[in-house]
Amino acid sequence: MVEEEIRFTKEHEWIIIKEGLAVMGISDFAQRQLGDIVSIELPRVGSRFGYMQAMAIIDSVKASSDIYSALSGEVVEVNEELLEHPEWINQSPYELGWIVKMKASNMEEEEVNSLMPNEQYNKFVGEMEMEKEKEGEDERAGRR
Amino acid sequence: MKTPFYDIHKSLGAKMLSFHGWEMPLQYSGIVDEHINTRTNVGLFDVSHMGRFEIKGFNAYDCLQTLVTNDISKLNDHQALYSPICHNNGGIIDDLLVYMINREKFLVVVNASNREKDLEWVVKHSKSAVVENISDKTALLALQGPLAKKVLDKTIVDVNLDQLKPFDIAITNIFGIECMISRTGYTGEDGFEIFFDSNEIDIWDKLIQSGSRFNIKPAGLGARDTLRLEAGLMLYGNDINENITPLEVPLKWTVKFDKEEFIGKEALLTQQINRKLVGFEVLEKRIARHGNEVLMYGEKVGFVTSGSFSPTMKKSIGFCFVPLHVSANQLIEINIAGKLYKAKVSSTRFYRRK
Repeated sequence: MVEEEIRFTKEHEWIIIKEGLAVMGISDFAQRQLGDIVSIELPRVGSRFGYMQAMAIIDSVKASSDIYSALSGEVVEVNEELLEHPEWINQSPYELGWIVKMKASNMEEEEVNSLMPNEQYNKFVGEMEMEKEKEGEDERAGRR
Repeated sequence: MKTPFYDIHKSLGAKMLSFHGWEMPLQYSGIVDEHINTRTNVGLFDVSHMGRFEIKGFNAYDCLQTLVTNDISKLNDHQALYSPICHNNGGIIDDLLVYMINREKFLVVVNASNREKDLEWVVKHSKSAVVENISDKTALLALQGPLAKKVLDKTIVDVNLDQLKPFDIAITNIFGIECMISRTGYTGEDGFEIFFDSNEIDIWDKLIQSGSRFNIKPAGLGARDTLRLEAGLMLYGNDINENITPLEVPLKWTVKFDKEEFIGKEALLTQQINRKLVGFEVLEKRIARHGNEVLMYGEKVGFVTSGSFSPTMKKSIGFCFVPLHVSANQLIEINIAGKLYKAKVSSTRFYRRK
């Protein structure tokens, strides 16, 4: 992965490599789906996670969601300010709302390849939204 | 299924959800924002998905008095009453509002999830009363919040809202459209529910317009849920169902054993009660959800029926079943996704308006 380039998981986490560390959070689409975020449970600094292992939990008013590690590695820093300001994830998902910084273990090619660049992710989300819209229409047509 | 306001919700950009087959707005600006605005100003809710039946005829009174656990003999004309209806074994079929227009004409408003079941049950016990499902030809909006009265005051000329007490009904018109209003709601705030012909959907825009100087905002089912939870109001399917009786939850006051026969009376009179529904506050930053286990001293003693974030108190709150000996301020543990979190038992009534 290139420094400063944003990539996304299929579960809507984002990851950016900055100064050799991987910064992670959840995408704007994800925060919109969750709605008002009211609390977060962060991992401990020093804990290790495998690729796509649950590492944090976000509670919104409506639902609780696991947040997955976009790579294998060790947590070196967590955004403790989110404990007081979980709403930052809604307000600023890519800046104030970052969740953890991790030191990557040797990244498997498979892991990197499954992470989507910005353009591909937007397409992925667009298709999901269309699918949802279509499902809704089918559902409504079926009920008529 | 859609309510008459479906297109309005879509045009307002509401996030929609499917609620028991109904395409309803979950939120517009956001659950917390809509919640706070309803507590401080006024919110407008489309609740047309709820079922509405008219029960008419000289047997209507007897029919309803047999069905409900509460006592409608205390009602005057143009008053409403909240009550469960129960099976013979005391299990709650639904909780509803009975509106008495007069002793030969009633309206009942039931949960969307129970429309068909309730209609069948009411018809079965109608004696010779006439039961008409008017759900589709009417619409229902709830105008809720401390400024709700100010919004309506501007449009109603023939009713003095100061004299319309909680649970009173008035047949009147707003914006020249015939409607029935009641001083009722499901938010713990002052407010009104407005019934009218389902073709008159302009009432939505007109209420928004005349409420604009009072900061009216549309509010969805998300805020409706957090508002009712703070106010200690039961939600059918979550907190009450056919395996729960009114005596196990904070609805004892709705069971009137001193009235003549009603369905479920015998069972409720002899029921051995061994659990109760209480409120709780999670002392850590997690939200408990429906179905989570409740533990004391490592043993499972009950389960969460409702849990959410309280936008008013900024705390994680909910309702759960616990054994009878548990009292307020005692500590319990709640199993949320495999981890135990401490919570403090409280009343189910978290919020009381001033």
